[in-house]
Amino acid sequence: MNFPAELKYSKSHEWVKMLDDTTALVGITDYAQSELGDLVFINLPVVGDAVTKEEAFCDVESVKAVSDVVSPLTGVVAEINEALMDEPQMLNESPYEAWIAKVEDITDTEELMDAAAYEAFIQQ
Amino acid sequence: MKLIFEKGAPGQHLSLLPSCDVPEVSLSQERKAPLPLPQVSETELTRHYTALAKRVHGVNDGFYPLGSCTMKYNPKINEDMAALPGFTQIHPLQPESTVQGCLEVLATAEKLLGEITGMDAMTFQPAAGAHGEFTGLLLIKAYHHHRGDSARTKIIVPDSAHGTNPASAVMAGYTVVNIPSAPDGCVDVEALKAAVGPDTAGLMLTNPNTVGIFDKNILEITKIVHDAGGLCYYDGANLNAVMGVVRPGDMGFDVIHLNLHKTFSTPHGGGGPGSGAVGCKALLESFLPGPVVEKAGDGYRFAIPEHSIGRVKDFYGNFTVVVKALTYILTLGKAGIPEAAENAVLNANYMMKRLKEKYTMAYDVPCMHEFVMCLEDLLHDTGVSAMDIAKGLLDNGIHPPTMYFPLIVHEALMIEPTETESKETLDEACDVFLKLWDLAHSDPQALHDAPKTTPVRRLDEVGAARNPVLRYTEA
Repeated sequence: MNFPAELKYSKSHEWVKMLDDTTALVGITDYAQSELGDLVFINLPVVGDAVTKEEAFCDVESVKAVSDVVSPLTGVVAEINEALMDEPQMLNESPYEAWIAKVEDITDTEELMDAAAYEAFIQQ
Repeated sequence: MKLIFEKGAPGQHLSLLPSCDVPEVSLSQERKAPLPLPQVSETELTRHYTALAKRVHGVNDGFYPLGSCTMKYNPKINEDMAALPGFTQIHPLQPESTVQGCLEVLATAEKLLGEITGMDAMTFQPAAGAHGEFTGLLLIKAYHHHRGDSARTKIIVPDSAHGTNPASAVMAGYTVVNIPSAPDGCVDVEALKAAVGPDTAGLMLTNPNTVGIFDKNILEITKIVHDAGGLCYYDGANLNAVMGVVRPGDMGFDVIHLNLHKTFSTPHGGGGPGSGAVGCKALLESFLPGPVVEKAGDGYRFAIPEHSIGRVKDFYGNFTVVVKALTYILTLGKAGIPEAAENAVLNANYMMKRLKEKYTMAYDVPCMHEFVMCLEDLLHDTGVSAMDIAKGLLDNGIHPPTMYFPLIVHEALMIEPTETESKETLDEACDVFLKLWDLAHSDPQALHDAPKTTPVRRLDEVGAARNPVLRYTEA
């Protein structure tokens, strides 16, 4: 399993890529996609939505279940990756390219882990 | 197998129809071409549906331990009663005075189900369980708004809940607050205390819960919610474990839905319409959907409750399902109802005890009507998943248990044998489960390849979900 060093990780298995101090891309980790199984649908947030750290902002559906995607950040949705609507399998195939939302005006962030800490966390 | 549209030929039809004795009118002036309806003879039509029926697995075909779905046997006397002309040769717009028997059925079912659940009033309008949840939540909403409290916008749902609970809450306009389960699978009382407040409209709960455990803190749980000003909603999904033994009303619940089609033995799961009757305590009675049945002199009449939330379905719900459920209750009687629940619990514990010999239980404590196995270690040791075991069961004439649910258990298989299975059937099923466990170790590929004897092999469920083809189009 792959956990790029330049990303930060949440306990609920999202990754965060900071673009500048108050803007970031958010997606789900390789571990998350592998646990969820083949994804068949994503319910994306809407541009302009306020998101709050540790609260669901999106949901993904696999053949097993629907699962919340939890926001690791407090901010505002600036962009969404609409291509995922037609091809949710991108979340399985390349989880770190398949960003879900770009969040701006970030005012708060939950405690995130680096790649090594996250890898240790999922081993537990 | 051909679709009905692909059978027959133009002009084929049932030749026994009498000639039309009223003027013919076209229903649509807009339509340019005739509807592409199937044109088949009566013989071909009946053969088509008989062929389809042969390819499915129902309770009448074999063991069906689909957890949380209560696939109990449906006594045929229920069908006899529901087919009586007095219940079928009627019209919903007939004058009340001519359908007094039907009104009496609804009134009697309300009284008996109220006695079983500890509720004061009931509506039979909701078409099935999730519809009942939605209706119950609208009652909670109407109650808070009626007393001028519009600040209650949140419904608390434990993470072990059925997916319909949060979905119904969102449909009713609420925000869902998810609370984690304690390690024993029950409600984390401290997490609940932290979650309630002046914005709490209510709590949705099943008891016994989704992992088949009776939450012993239930009185404390409902009190926490009531003390915060919220109401408590009981999801009747698991009532089969406790019917006639303990009442949701006595546990502190204010509103509940029943799946008459599960607990009270009417066909479901593709076999028939449901009925998601909603019962409530007196404080919610005036908000019930109308019409409801009330006593009037020696008979009955329909009435609209004072602050009714309005209709949630046309007319009176799936009425003949209520007839079947009432037949079941009257057949079992006051002694039989709790006995059915006790046997459901006994059967589940018997199977759990036997399967524990090899399988790992998610919660290794005595269960209620169902239990959950965790196949994570089997997957790790052999590469055989819960899905593979489920497919292997199909080759042995057994309908698989519920899979990958509840979400808090990985590689879950959730087994609910119900009370209507004999010890011999349970033993045969246990033998199959244990045999498949051995097969997973000796020849895992055999299970990856299962099923081999069914009309279709493994279906492409990912393809079906990503690219569903829901409508027939002419070639």
